[in-house]
Amino acid sequence: MAENLFIIIAALVIASAFWVVFSPNLIHSAVSLIFTLFSTAGLYIFLYADFIAATQVVIYVGGILVLIIFGVMLTNSIDTPSIAASSKNQFIGGMGALTIFVIQVAVIFNTPWHIGTEQSRDSTVASIGNLLLNEYLLPFEIISILLLAALMGAALLSRRT
Amino acid sequence: MTSILDSLVKSFSSFNLDIAVILPVVTLIGGTVIFLIMAVNALVAVYFERKISAFMQDRLGPMEVGIFGFKGGKKFWGGIGQTLADAIKLLVKEDILPNNADKFLMILAPFIIFTGAFLTFIGVPFAQNIVISDFNIGIFYIFAMSSIGVIGVILAGWSSNNKWSLYGSMRAAAQIISYEIPIGLSLLLVVLVTGSLHLGDIVQWQADHRWFIFHSPFTFLAFFIFYISTIAETNRTPFDIPEAESELVAGWMTEYSGFRWALFFLSEYANMLIVSIVASIVFLGGWLSPLQIFNIFPDSWLILDGPAMGLFWILFKAVILIFIMMWIRWTFPRLRVDQLMYLCWKIFIPFALVNLLFVSLWELIF
Repeated sequence: MAENLFIIIAALVIASAFWVVFSPNLIHSAVSLIFTLFSTAGLYIFLYADFIAATQVVIYVGGILVLIIFGVMLTNSIDTPSIAASSKNQFIGGMGALTIFVIQVAVIFNTPWHIGTEQSRDSTVASIGNLLLNEYLLPFEIISILLLAALMGAALLSRRT
Repeated sequence: MTSILDSLVKSFSSFNLDIAVILPVVTLIGGTVIFLIMAVNALVAVYFERKISAFMQDRLGPMEVGIFGFKGGKKFWGGIGQTLADAIKLLVKEDILPNNADKFLMILAPFIIFTGAFLTFIGVPFAQNIVISDFNIGIFYIFAMSSIGVIGVILAGWSSNNKWSLYGSMRAAAQIISYEIPIGLSLLLVVLVTGSLHLGDIVQWQADHRWFIFHSPFTFLAFFIFYISTIAETNRTPFDIPEAESELVAGWMTEYSGFRWALFFLSEYANMLIVSIVASIVFLGGWLSPLQIFNIFPDSWLILDGPAMGLFWILFKAVILIFIMMWIRWTFPRLRVDQLMYLCWKIFIPFALVNLLFVSLWELIF
């Protein structure tokens, strides 16, 4: 039961990700990304990471994707994009992609995965909060300063002078 | 809290069925229940809305429409046929897709909006044990799933290939994304004080202490920021600039007709019910009865406090909040675009942020 469900969700992630890359229409790519990001949230639920899954939906589907669609929507000539029209650097790009693919496959097969039986857990929110504010406080604060700087930069750029 | 899905699984497993058979059946039952709630809610709410508008603005139609010759007097039952007429009208309307529209996206968009409302209902409790599935991260789940709908709104506007629709969807995107921030900040306040994202725990905290709206002056303010922002989030007048009839025909739904338009309608009323129930759970004590606050009623009245009355009280509060939404809709004029953004970014967000700071101080001091 659980395996079948996992296969369906994983297939949905891969198929929609393919369509994001290969769709000739930019906005169809952006819409396909909804299914990719949403199904990824489903994969998190399989890992008992309910909080991460909901965060994925809030940030990626509700925030970033809306921004992407909004940006794509207002560009000209959506039906005839000239992304792949020039064949410059195709070889180098292909080699780069292949290298990353090989590295990822190697990492996947060389990692000692922890395979346990299913067990229900308590909420993960409390432990995430504790870890963020105790063990990983410095990275957490650095990220928040980075985001604040990005926010101020965006406000400065969009201001009418 | 036990959820409906859990208890269904438990009662089905007494038949010695395989779990691979039980789970799809139980999921299907849960989905049907949500769909029924949404459909009945839309029917009742449309009738409610038409009658209220008729009372407030002296509209004649909704007071007159009968059913099979039953006119039902002037005031309360008059216009009982309106709901039936609306439903039949929506189902038999011609289904039009414009020639130059992006047909695939135009068909997909209403379903994305509907899915957003549908998924949100899974986590919304109707009483202590009446919830489709009980999440530990309940309030965060509801917040997450209600942010999906805006994608459908943007796609509906863009795919129609119509300038009114595009304007409407741009406005909708700007508005909904902006108003999510004060909503999130007001809910954060509740999480900060109660220390839990679980809706059952939040109501239990209110049972042990007091209703959240009366907890401190800042939470009182937070309720109003939350409530007004949710009216903007559900695209209702005075915040309905995305569909502003007088300037944009019908905004992002201009090109829609028939059943696809009915899906928009269904989702709008479903979202109204969701935000009202969330507001009453988080700020107004959820399924606790208001009689406990005053402590002046005789003991025989306390039968109204029991857990069996939870469903009644939560719907009672939600219906009052929905009524106020309709009251506001039929009495206030529409805001301008810049006024809407001013209200959100320069009033609600600063107030919500300062609120958060002062509530933290309040919790430290008291």
